[in-house]
Amino acid sequence: MALKQRSVLPGFGLTLGYSLLYLSLIVLIPLAGLLAKTTSLTWVQFWNTVSDPRVVASYKLTFGMSLMAAIINAVFGFLVAWMLVRDQLPGKKLIDAIVDLPFALPTAVSGIALTTLYAPNGWLGRWLEPMGIKTAFSPLGVLIALTFIGLPFVVRTLQPALEELEAESEEAAASLGANRWQTFRYVILPAIMPALLTGFALSFARALGEYGSVVFISGNMPMKTEITTLLIVTKLEQYDTAGATAIAVVMLVASFVILFAINALQWWTSRGYLKATS
Amino acid sequence: MHAPTKRIAAASTQPQRRALREPLWVRVLIRIASLSFLGIFLLLPLVTVFYEALREGFGAYLASFRDAAAWSAIKLTLLAAGISLPLNLVFGLAAAWAIAKFEFWGKNFLITLIDLPFAISPVISGLVFVLLFGAQGWLGPWMSAHDFKVIFAVPGIVLATVFVTFPFVARELIPLMQEQGTEEEQAALSLGANGWQTFWYVTLPNVRWALLYGVILSNARAMGEFGAVAVVSGSIRGKTNTIPLHVEVLYNEYHFVAAFAVASLLALLALVTLVIKTLLERKIQQQMANSTSDFDAEVSNVAVKSPVNAAVPAPHVSLAVWTRGFDFESAVPT
Repeated sequence: MALKQRSVLPGFGLTLGYSLLYLSLIVLIPLAGLLAKTTSLTWVQFWNTVSDPRVVASYKLTFGMSLMAAIINAVFGFLVAWMLVRDQLPGKKLIDAIVDLPFALPTAVSGIALTTLYAPNGWLGRWLEPMGIKTAFSPLGVLIALTFIGLPFVVRTLQPALEELEAESEEAAASLGANRWQTFRYVILPAIMPALLTGFALSFARALGEYGSVVFISGNMPMKTEITTLLIVTKLEQYDTAGATAIAVVMLVASFVILFAINALQWWTSRGYLKATS
Repeated sequence: MHAPTKRIAAASTQPQRRALREPLWVRVLIRIASLSFLGIFLLLPLVTVFYEALREGFGAYLASFRDAAAWSAIKLTLLAAGISLPLNLVFGLAAAWAIAKFEFWGKNFLITLIDLPFAISPVISGLVFVLLFGAQGWLGPWMSAHDFKVIFAVPGIVLATVFVTFPFVARELIPLMQEQGTEEEQAALSLGANGWQTFWYVTLPNVRWALLYGVILSNARAMGEFGAVAVVSGSIRGKTNTIPLHVEVLYNEYHFVAAFAVASLLALLALVTLVIKTLLERKIQQQMANSTSDFDAEVSNVAVKSPVNAAVPAPHVSLAVWTRGFDFESAVPT
């Protein structure tokens, strides 16, 4: 089998060759270096590093808060996407544009802004503090930062799915006697479920690796509010490259598993779509 | 043809129309919930940045920029973005040309590899370069022997920036160029243009808005990157601090007004990015629509599937094209 089909266009060898070279130099070789470094650790060393109580506490916090942030984003992201697609709201374009703010705003800036907002003397913190809700410098602060950075993922994956819904299927459901809730539950929700799950998973994956927006608001207390990426940085600052690498590999595997799940989800739904249309 | 159905729908009974819309209280509730969520989570942090920056007046705000360390941070950020943007731009064009204009084995795997930096935590993106070039890294001994520093120096910051912005241009260009197909390039070549002329006068104008879109997003990320750069920089004041790192230093030293003043530059950049992005999205949609009008799509399908035998398309496809008749408006790119 030929590697490529014959084509009249020039430049295939040059562009593909350059792309592969650049990809290898910038991405593949550095990543291979990370894996090679892991193999230089013995299994016992690796296990002791990644199962240290302080590290395990950071997994619990990072995974737990990322999951909760993704759930919050799935709920409110759905409401925002629904409003942007279906509601005739004045200033909708402006609201639509601002949804991307967490992508555009540097994480360090959102980090210090959220900390100031939720600190005991901040605009929101001064209301929450007397009610006994400690936000900044507590696990709740981590949750707030992770919710902030994950929101656009859910909205942006749901919007096209909601726009593609055909009005006919809703009309059919209604004409067959379904009330609005039944139409939503049995017609709309199943159709947008794959997009909702994809947005949820993307938001979760992004939260796992987040650093900048969290380190300011979390307070970074060992065993309590230390996220895993911060531990990697701490180990590096102590010149413990081997320890940093071991934890990084655990995080890398976790995010690849999620990415694989997203791809499988999309493959599965596109197959279902083909079946339904053929 | 649809008019009678529409009239029937309009005359339909009240309960049926109610079944196609949420009750008023649900619609109001959705509005209130999503607007307050966006207000608290997106708008308030943004307002906070500017409020805190201007808290002690405009004079104090401007005074924050009279600091040499702030200027060196701005210069370093511009340098890192200035090097990484053209590098990733050339790569994005090359990769998109190879992927969109040719069929080859392992193409989808290559696209996945290009997206890889997006899937990796910024901290790990910095770590990989520490492992390569750091004092205990693979190339560390060689580099200290030749007195060349990457980690805790400018080259490391540039490398980390290149890594985190790697996919932006390529991932904007690939889907658009795949959608556009190859027939315009083939036409140019058959009219006697050489490869460069074809690329310069046919391909590039067709993708210019998507290209700009990728560059704008890539620039925002390059100038705002924190985690990856923090790991490789060592935060040497006046030497290896970018704007986000300088914000962190000021904040941790309790210079809050100065920290937010410098941060407000990045927030302004973010706002400008969002505005340009929104404008470009409209342009790209038009360009997409032009290239995927029915007639074009079918012609490009033929061209992609059999680039050499474009003159002899599969019978059922040509039938579909011809029975539709000649629609010059959609065939001629505007």
